[in-house]
Formats: sequence, structure tokens, C-alpha cells
Amino acid sequence: MNVAVEMDAVRHGELLDVSEAGPAPKRNVAAFGFWIFLLSDIVMFSALFASYAVLAKATAGSLTGAQLFDQRNAAMETALLLLSSYSCGLMSLAINSRQHLGTFLGAVVTFLLGAAFLALELREFQVMIALGAVPQRSAFLSAFFTLVGCHGLHVAIGLGWLVLMMIQLALRGFEDVVVRRLHCFSLFWHALDIIWVLIFTIVYLMGVLP
Amino acid sequence: MTLLGKLDWSAVPFDQPIIMGTVGVMVVTIVSILSWVMLKGYAPYLWREWITSVDHKRIGVMYILLALVMLLRGFADGIMMRTQQAVAAGGAQGYLPPEHFDQIFSAHGTIMIFFVAMPLVIGLMNFAVPLQLGVRDVAFPTMNSISFWLTASGVLLTNVSLAVGEFAKTGWFAYPPLSELQFSPGVGVDYYLWSLQISGIGTLLSGVNFVTTILKMRAPGMSYMRMPVFCWTALASNLLIVAAFPVLTALFAMLLLDRYLGFHFFTVDAGGNAMMYVNLFWVWGHPEVYILVLPAFGIFSEVTATFSGKPLFGYRSMVLATMAICVLSYTVWLHHFFTMGASASVNAFFGITSMIIGVPTGVKVFNWLFTMYGGRVRFTVPVLWTIGFMVSFVFGGLTGVLLALPPVDWQVHNTVFLVAHFHHVIIPGVLFGCMAGYNYWFPKAFGFRLDERWGKAAFWCWFIGFHLAFMPLYVTGLMGMPRRLQHYDVLSWQPWLLVAEAGALVILAGIACQVVQIVVSIRHREQLRDTTGDPWNGRTLEWATVSPPPAWNFAVLPRVDGLDAFWTKKQRVLAKQELPAWRRAYQPIDVPRNSPVGVVTAFFAVVTGFALIWHIWWIAGIGVLGAAVTLLAFMFRTKDEVEIPADEVGLFDRRRPVEVSL
Repeated sequence: MNVAVEMDAVRHGELLDVSEAGPAPKRNVAAFGFWIFLLSDIVMFSALFASYAVLAKATAGSLTGAQLFDQRNAAMETALLLLSSYSCGLMSLAINSRQHLGTFLGAVVTFLLGAAFLALELREFQVMIALGAVPQRSAFLSAFFTLVGCHGLHVAIGLGWLVLMMIQLALRGFEDVVVRRLHCFSLFWHALDIIWVLIFTIVYLMGVLP
Repeated sequence: MTLLGKLDWSAVPFDQPIIMGTVGVMVVTIVSILSWVMLKGYAPYLWREWITSVDHKRIGVMYILLALVMLLRGFADGIMMRTQQAVAAGGAQGYLPPEHFDQIFSAHGTIMIFFVAMPLVIGLMNFAVPLQLGVRDVAFPTMNSISFWLTASGVLLTNVSLAVGEFAKTGWFAYPPLSELQFSPGVGVDYYLWSLQISGIGTLLSGVNFVTTILKMRAPGMSYMRMPVFCWTALASNLLIVAAFPVLTALFAMLLLDRYLGFHFFTVDAGGNAMMYVNLFWVWGHPEVYILVLPAFGIFSEVTATFSGKPLFGYRSMVLATMAICVLSYTVWLHHFFTMGASASVNAFFGITSMIIGVPTGVKVFNWLFTMYGGRVRFTVPVLWTIGFMVSFVFGGLTGVLLALPPVDWQVHNTVFLVAHFHHVIIPGVLFGCMAGYNYWFPKAFGFRLDERWGKAAFWCWFIGFHLAFMPLYVTGLMGMPRRLQHYDVLSWQPWLLVAEAGALVILAGIACQVVQIVVSIRHREQLRDTTGDPWNGRTLEWATVSPPPAWNFAVLPRVDGLDAFWTKKQRVLAKQELPAWRRAYQPIDVPRNSPVGVVTAFFAVVTGFALIWHIWWIAGIGVLGAAVTLLAFMFRTKDEVEIPADEVGLFDRRRPVEVSL
């Protein structure tokens, strides 16, 4: 929205260029900074992806991905996480129109879908560990548990963050700072989706290729 | 002893007189400084004005102070190594046992890169970038304080390793399998990893902060192509931080998982791949070189333009060269290990990219030369450091081009030729740059200039000492001397190493001159006072406000209508086309409120790191909880800004008029 205001000024000849508009409003600065942070997080994941790609065949005589991965489970996880992003988007709309009820509803649905995703993932880990496929067994399993586990950890942190934001919203209402943080949360949640789509493709789909 | 994990009294090396002596001196120094602070009643002032400060200028000063103190520690390690190699020839074993020597070279590298060069560069960016951009602070002031204190946590943990336990004996990059539990069962590698993980988070947050600041917060009218070159280089450097440090974090997390939970990323068994560590390390490590040197290039640009009294030659090509280096720095990492066994075509690719990256650097050198050409150059201390840099860096860069040739690299791989090369680019490049910046911006930070005579003496000692210390290593390197030797049998190396030792002593004299320089300058501060805010006849916005600047930097945000706007304005005023405008409309200013969240989080980070190093799980749990509660308290804070009324701003501004106001 701010950009639109600046563009008006440009059109009216007050400014030559948006980049000359002076310091951006705090809302834009916060969201932009969080974008940069998310990019760095994605770079961290790319290092984990690279190590997974290098070690994917280093099974040291233990179980391979094709033997371990349950694609139905992974598909259900994907569906849950993508749906939670949709509900998170609805929550953002409710925030923009400052509706308390809609925001809380969106948050509850997002939380439940995220928690269900996490439960499925933990069950998958449990099954693998019961089969003796523990991260200490082979380099492939080390890389698998680190990459997927790191994403799971992010989801868990996101759930905790969402709860905190609902407490803040209840206590302080739609204050600027609360709205800023809610926007950052939704950016975070969508970024986790992007990473999951890559995990689904690279780990679960390519992992079972003959 | 499970309550304290692996920690007991045997962790303190009471039988090592050198270590205990150093620890004793450090403890006495710290205790006497603390008691002096307490007795003089400075503690509340320090807490209020510095420790909890979120002002970018204060944080910048603290970064630089931290770096200068660690420079003493890192240099002490360096001169100990030089002394050892000067005497441990033939049958002699010198005075350092191998396990101690190994810790010293690891600590020297780690400290110099992470705790001297990084905080120097980040400190100078913290101090100068918001002022040059003409704004009041960085994008996230409290996060800035957290960044600084996390860096300080890493420093503290590294220094604790001297007294309690040991430091890594693996070299500063801790390559596996040597750094794996199987071959390094002690706590040394854990000290290395946790110190760098903690300070690395601080650095990453700094990177996010500065990218946002530079891209989103500039004075009205300052488009990208009107930014000072230092801001451009800071932008490039911080983009590299954002894109490179997460790789280091992930890498160290993998090594930690190997060491703590028995994972197999880099182990020799179960399919681990040690060369993956080396690759990922340098995917971070080569951009890191440019994270350090690009801001230094920016300082050289500012210094050259200011003291030549001319606009920087080829501003656009300078910006282009900076951003080209920023991108190209990701294409050269493999030249750190041509001997890995990759195919000839892979090595050739990385050899060629390594040579290409020299091209934009060459562009910069010519730009500086052409800036000085035809200018009226004032040979101040910052200019001496700059010229010293240009002379040595060109040669250091040329040895880099030699090393970029895989066949040459194979001959001198892991010899002191390489050690000579990277010191030859890092010391003149980064350290000389930071010294130039330190002398250049000191009057802005404290309101008085540094003494020129002692500054010049310091420069000449450093310049001569540096060449004496490192040129001989090229020779012994070509003679086949491997790096990191605790003793050696080849007596023909010894004369060269004695020359290197003499060089280290001359550098020591340079450091002594710098200490004297500060003392003398503080004593003569009234004669050296900068009353105008513009002691060097500067070109950029930091010189448009008083020295030292108030918390809000600019009473009224400057309006920028071109490159070197401050300089242009001064010329117009001098030509009497315009008189300084003194009727200014003051507005109330919101400045961020001080916050102890940085220092408290860092305290818990140190507790957690220390507990994890010694496997004291319950204390680690308390530490993590403490940090989480601190951040939560910050999250629920309601008042994060203090308003300075317009009257007060106006009063301050009128009482300290600067000659030209924008």
C-alpha cells in the first residue's frame, strides 16, 4: 500500500524515483527484514538438501529410501501442510479487515492442521526407528533425519509462535506491532510450505525412483 | 561427577606455566578493570549508556573495542608461533609442546577471522552506514544489540577455553575426520563449534539488519546510485552474510550432530563424507573473504576521495565491480582444495573463475589510482594505510593468481607459501582498511582526532613489519615448508624464519604505537577537538552532523539531491550562492528505548554453550529456558520508543551549529 502512495508521488512529479522516497514505514521495514531472514533460512535448508543429495545413496548396507518411505503418509502430510497454508491465508485476510473471530478461527484451523502434520511426521519417524533405521545407522539416515527433522522443528516453532500471537492478540488487540508480527508469521508459514514441497519432491518422490 | 558432566579440576591446566601465566594476567586485568569501574562508580553509567544501548554508534564502538582487544590476543598467538618456529630447528623442540602449539594456531586463525576482522568490519559498518545514509538508526536497533552481545558471547567462550579445558587442535577450519569425536575426543572442537555457532547467529542477524537498513532506510532523495560507496560495499558484504552464514550454521550443526549424537555426516565409517565438510566450509569460507574485504574497499574509496579532494573516479564502475565480486565470490570455493581429486575440467573451471574475480578488483585499484591522480592528496594517517594497502595488496593478489593455477597450487598446497598469500591479502586488505576507517571515523565517534605522529609511526611499523614477517614465508614455502610445523629439521629454513620473527617484533612495535596513540590523543583531546563536525573536509553525510552525533544523528533528516550531496552543498555555500539555513522546523523524534535483552540473552547463550561443551545437560536446559524467557519478555514489551520533544532537539541543534546544514 505504501508503495502505491509512493508511486502516486512519482506520477505527480514530486519524486523522480521510488528509491528516493526516504525511510520506508516501519511495517514495510519489518516485513522486508523478515523476508531477508527467511531467505537466509532457505539457504540453510539448501545446505541440508545438498548434504542429503550427497549422502542419499550412502546407506552403509542398511535400509534404503525406497524401502522406508511410505508415500501415502507423505502425501497426507503434504495435503495437511498445504491446507494449513490456505487457512493461514484466510487468517491474513481476517487480520487485514481487523476481524477478531475470523483471525482466531483461522489460527485454530492452521494450528490443528500443522499439529496433525507434525503428528504424522513423528509417527513416520517412530516406524523407521522401530525398523532399526536410526540416524546413527548410516550417513543417508543421518541426512534424512536432519533435513526432515529440521523442517519439523520449524513447524513446531511456528505452532508455538502462533499460540503466542493469539495470546498477544487477545491481550492487545490489533496493535501495529501485533499485526506486523502476524504478517511475519504468515510469511514464515508459507516459506515452510515451499521447503516442504522440495522435501516431498527430492526426498519422498525421487527417493523411491528405481 | 555426573552432576557437572565432563567438568572437573583436571580441566584446568595447572601444570602448564605459559597458559597459567596468561590466564593469571587476564584475570588480574579483568578484575582490576572491573574494580576500577566499581570504585569510580561508573557501573550505572556503563549499564545505561553502553551495555543496554541500542544506538548503532555505541554498538559500533563496542564492536571495535572488542575487536581491538581480541587483536592483542590473536597477535600474541601469532608471535608465539613465530618464536617457536624461529627456535625449533634441527633437533630443538622449542618452548611449545605440540598439543599446545596446535591449539595456538587454531585459536589464532579462529580469533583473527571471527573475533577481530568480523567485529572490526561490522563495527565500522554499524557506526558509519546509518550516518552515511542520513537516517537515525538501523532497521532493527534491539536486534543489533543482540547481535553484538552474541558475538561477545562467542569471544568469551573462546577465551574461557584457555583456562578451562582446551581449544581445538584441528586448525581454524576443523576439518573432519580429525575434528570428529573419534580423533578429537576432548572439548576443544566443542569450544570451537559452540563459540562460532553463537557468534554466527549474531552475525547473521547483523546481516539481515544491514541489508534491510540499506535497502529500506535512506534519507529522502538518496536513490541507490547516490549512496556512498561504503554503503554499497556494506550492502554487498551483508548480502553475502545472509547467503553464506546459514551454510556455516548448517555445517556446524551437522558436525555437532556427529560429535554429540553419533550421526555419520563426515565420519570415516557408515558412509560419511568428509570432503562434503570441506566443500560446504568453503562455500561459506570464500564469500567470507569478501564479506571482510569489500567493506574495507569501501573505506579505501571514501578515504581516497576525501583526502584527494575529488569525487571518486568511476563511481558506477566501482558499484558494478563491487556487485560483480559479490556474485563471483560464490563461484570459486573449490580453489581452496584443488588437491581434492576432482577432475581436471572441474579444477580448470574454478581456476578460471578465480582469475576472473581478480578483474573487478583490478578495476577498483585503477579507480583509486585515478582518483588520486591530479588530486591534492593530503597524506594523513588514513591515506598512508590506503597507499600501503594498494602497494601490498596488488602483490598479494598476484600470488593469488599464481595459486589459482591448479598445477602451481598442487606444488605449494598446504605450504607456508599459502600462509604468506592469505596474510598478504587479509592484512593489507582488511586490517589496513579497518585501521584507515578507525583513524578516519574516530573524530566523528568521539569528537576529537587521533594523534597523527603516533598514527604514522604505527603505520610504518605495521607496513615494514608485515613485509618482513611474511615475505620470507613465500621463500620457505617454495622450498617446501609445510604450514603448522611445531619443529623442523631443515636448517636452511631457519634464517628466513628468524627474519619473519623480526618482522613480528616490528609489528609488535606498531601495536605499541597504536596503544600510545590512543593514550596521547585522549590526553591532548582539547587540542585535537573537532568543533565543526567535518574535520577532513568530507563528502558524505556523516560529516554533516556534529561530532559526536546525538542519539538521533540528524535533527532534521537531510535531503539528498545527488552523489556527494554534502560536498556539493559546501561548494555552493562557499560560493555564497546559498547561505546556511538556520531556521529549521524541528519535529519530535522517536528514538528506540534502551534494552537489556541483548546482554541477558548473551549471558544465557554463554551458560548454554559452556554447559553443552561440558555435557552438563541440566544447566544447558536452564540456559535455553532463560534465553527463551528473555526473548518472550521482549516480545511482550509494550513501550519500545522514547519521544524526544522538538524543543530539546532544537536546543541541541542550535547550541552546536555545524557550518553547512542540509
